[in-house]
Amino acid sequence: MKIQPISGPHTGAKGHVSGIMQQVIFALIPATMFGLYLFGWPAINLFVITLISAVAFEYMCLLLANKPTMTIRDNSALLTGWLLAMTLPPWAPWWIGVVGAGISIIVGKHVFGGLGQNVFNPAMLARVALLISFPVEMTTWANVNPIFSSQAPDFIQGLHVTFMGLEQPDAYTGASVMGHVKTELLQNHLLPESLNGVYQQPQAWLGFMRGSLGETSALLLALGGFWLLFKGIIKWQIPFAVLSAVFVLSSVFHWIDPSHYMSPWLHLSSGALICAAFFIATDYVTSPNSAIGQLVFGFSCGCLIFIIRTWGAYPEGAGFAVLLMNAMTPLIDHYIKPRIYGRNRKGLPLESEQ
Amino acid sequence: MKNWLKSLRIRGGVHAEERKDATLELPIVSSYPVANKLYIPLQQHIGKAAEPIVKVGDIVLKGQLLAHSQGLISAPVHAPSSGVITDINFYPAPHPSALPIRTIVITTDGKDQWIERIPVDDPFALEPEEISARVAAAGIVGLGGATFPSAVKLNLGRQHKIHTLLINGGECEPYLTCDDRLMQERSDAIVDGIRLMLHGMEANIAKIGIENNKPQAIKAMTNACLPYDNIEVVTVPTRYPMGWEKQLIRFMTGKEVPAESRTTDIGIVMHNVATAYAIHRALRYAEPLVSRIVTVSGNATKRPMNIEVAIGTLISDIFSICLTDKETTARIVMGGPMMGEALPHSDMPIVKATSGVLALTLDEITVAEEEACIRCASCIQACPVGLLPVDMANLIRSNQLDSAVNIGLKDCISCGSCSYVCPSHIPLVHYFKYASGELVSRQQAQHKSEQTKKLADERSKRLEKIELEKEQEAARRKAEKEARDRAKAEQEANEEQGAAV
Repeated sequence: MKIQPISGPHTGAKGHVSGIMQQVIFALIPATMFGLYLFGWPAINLFVITLISAVAFEYMCLLLANKPTMTIRDNSALLTGWLLAMTLPPWAPWWIGVVGAGISIIVGKHVFGGLGQNVFNPAMLARVALLISFPVEMTTWANVNPIFSSQAPDFIQGLHVTFMGLEQPDAYTGASVMGHVKTELLQNHLLPESLNGVYQQPQAWLGFMRGSLGETSALLLALGGFWLLFKGIIKWQIPFAVLSAVFVLSSVFHWIDPSHYMSPWLHLSSGALICAAFFIATDYVTSPNSAIGQLVFGFSCGCLIFIIRTWGAYPEGAGFAVLLMNAMTPLIDHYIKPRIYGRNRKGLPLESEQ
Repeated sequence: MKNWLKSLRIRGGVHAEERKDATLELPIVSSYPVANKLYIPLQQHIGKAAEPIVKVGDIVLKGQLLAHSQGLISAPVHAPSSGVITDINFYPAPHPSALPIRTIVITTDGKDQWIERIPVDDPFALEPEEISARVAAAGIVGLGGATFPSAVKLNLGRQHKIHTLLINGGECEPYLTCDDRLMQERSDAIVDGIRLMLHGMEANIAKIGIENNKPQAIKAMTNACLPYDNIEVVTVPTRYPMGWEKQLIRFMTGKEVPAESRTTDIGIVMHNVATAYAIHRALRYAEPLVSRIVTVSGNATKRPMNIEVAIGTLISDIFSICLTDKETTARIVMGGPMMGEALPHSDMPIVKATSGVLALTLDEITVAEEEACIRCASCIQACPVGLLPVDMANLIRSNQLDSAVNIGLKDCISCGSCSYVCPSHIPLVHYFKYASGELVSRQQAQHKSEQTKKLADERSKRLEKIELEKEQEAARRKAEKEARDRAKAEQEANEEQGAAV
C-alpha cells in the first residue's frame, strides 16, 4: 500500500481540463460546420491551417519553456485556434491564420506564463492585432456560396484562393451587414432604406449572410451556448449580462431614432455578439471569478460593444470590448468578492442578534 | 416554493457521489467478540488530555474510570471492556502523522463485565447542572467528529439562555451511514436524549435536521417525536457540507453565526444525533461512553458493516471482521472521504471521533495529475464559506501566508468542496492545512524569539542596574572619602590654628 500523507478529500469529481475544452469545442461544432458549408473550400483551408498552427505554436512554446509537452492534450491550444478561426474572414489568405495563431498562442498566452496565466483572451488579442495590422484582409468578406453550389470554388480553386489570393475580389466579396450600415450612415443614408434588401430577419438568424467564418449563425451559436449552460461549463451571468446590455441600450436608442440606430434584433442577429457572449467573454481565465463580478463584466462588455458599434470607427466592437474588460478583470476581482459566512462585505464579523 | 426559497440560504457545496448503498440497509451489528487488546488514547477530545488514575496490572471492569478529565475543557476516559491494564505508554495516534499519543492498553478477559451501574429513577427530576455533570462524568464528546466535550456545550447553552437546540442528523459525508442507521433503529432513545439535553440546558425547542436522502430515518424520527410538541424533524436538502454546523443553522433558522462567535451567541446549540443517544445511555443506564457506531465501508471491504465497536479496538481487528482485503486497499481513511484523515496503517484504535473507517481501492480515490489552474472559479462557487480558494492557494504557493489570512484563510473549514470540484485536481485543502500549520509554528517561533528577547532585555537591564549601583557606590565612597579628607584637612587646619593660637 502506498502511503500518501495527503489531506482530504479522498475522492473527487472526475472532470478534467481537457474535458471542459472538449465540451466547448463540441458546442462550437454546429456554427463552425455551418460556416464551413457557407463559405466552402477556402474557409475549410483557413480553418485547418489556423488549428494546425495553433497546436504547433503551443508545442513549440512548451518545448522552449521546458514544460511537459503532454499538456498539449488539454485541448486548450486547439480551442484557442478554433475560436480564432471562427472570427476570421472566411476567405482570408493562409498567412492570416498562421500569424493569428502565432499571436494568440505566443503573445496572448505563453508570454504570460501559459495556460491560466494570460490577462487577455488569446483569440481576441490575435483577432484585434490582425484587424489593426491587416485591415484589408481582415475586412474582405466573402459572399455566401455554399460548398458544392454552382458559384462555389471547387477544391483546387479553394487552394488558389487561400494560397494565391483572390483575383477578382469584387466578384466574390462584399460588406458585412454591420460594415454596410456604418458606411451608409457615414454617407447620411438612413437605416430603413440602406437595410432594404441587405438584411432579412430569418436568413440573418440562420446565418445566410456575409460575416466571419463561424459567427454568422446566431441561432447555432446560441444553441452551442445553451449546451454549455446546460452542461454547467459556463454560468448564465456573463452571456445574460452581455446580451441584455446590448438589447436594452439598442432598444432605447432605436425607439428614440429608428432611422439612425439599428434595432436590437439586428444587433443580436449579426456580427460577433452571440459568439462573444457565450464563448469569448465567458473565458474562465480572463473573466472575473465571482457571480456579481461576472454580471458587472458582462454588462460592461455589452455596453462597450454597443458604443463601439454605434459611435466607434469600427463596425464591430466585440473584440475590443472583451479585451478592454479583460484588462479590468483583476480590478473587478479585487473589489467584488463573495461575502464570507458570518462577516459583512468588509470582512468584519456580523453583529450578533439573539 | 417555501422550500425552494429556504434552499437559497445555502451557499456553495457540492453534490458528492453518495456511495452509501453498501451499508444503507445493514442493521447495526453489536454482537461480536470484543478484541483481545484495546488501545485507549487519553486524548480523544478537544482540550486537555485525561490523566490516568489506574496503573499497569490493575484489573478493571467495563465502564470503570481509567483517566479523569483535566481542566475546564477535557473529558474522562473509561474502560470499554473488562480486563487487565497491561501498559500505559505512547502509541501511534489515529492520525496521518501516527505521532505517539499516551495510551492505556487493556488486555481483555472476554467477559465484558460491567461495573455496577446505578441509574437514577427519573433523570428529569435532576437539577440541570446535575445533567451536565453526569454527561461530563460519562466522557461524552461531540460524536459528529468535532469531539468537543458535550457537557461544556450544555453549560454554555444554559448560561447563554439559548432558545433552540438543533440536532445534526445531516450525515453529509459520502459512505457514512452510522447516524442514519442509529436514527432508524434507536429513534426513541435519541429523542429521549434530546429531551434530557433540553432539560440540561433549560431550553424549550429542539429541531432535528436530516438530509432528504434518508427517508426512513426521517420517518422513524418523526414518529418518535410525535408525543412531543416541542421537538420537530426538519428535512434538509442533500448537499455536502450540509452537516457543517453553521450551514445547517442557516438553513434551519435563517440565522447566520457571526464570525469569531459561538452559536450560543445567537441562542442556538447544536449536537449530533449520536451524542444525543450517548446522553440517553449515560442518564438512563449510567453507562459512560465506551462504544460507538462505526460505518466500515469502501470497495476493499468485502463485508461492509455498521458496527457498534468498543472504543480502543484496533482498525485492523475491525478490518478482519469486515473481511477487508489488504491487497486492494489503496488508502485507509478514518471518517468520511471528504474530511476524514488518511491513516498510514491499520494498527490504530477506534476513538470517540471515529464515525467511519474506509478501505478505499485505487478506483475510489482520485489520483489524477495536478494541472494548471484555468481560473474556472468552480472552487469559489463550491465554497460554503464564501472564500476564494484559488487566490488563497496562489498566495500560499508564493509564501504570502499573511495575505492568505487577510482574505479569509482562518475562516476555512477544510470541508474539501473546492478540491472535490477542481477540474485541474489542485489539492487546495492541502495548501490550506499546510498554511495553517505553518502559521502556528511561525507564531510559536515568534513567541519564542519574543520571550528570548524579553529575557535578554531583562538581563541587560539587570546588568545595567548592577553597573549603575556599582557606580553609585563608587561615587558615594568617593564622596565619603572626599568628605573625610576635607574633615581631616579642616581638623588639621584647626589644630594648626590651635597650635598657632
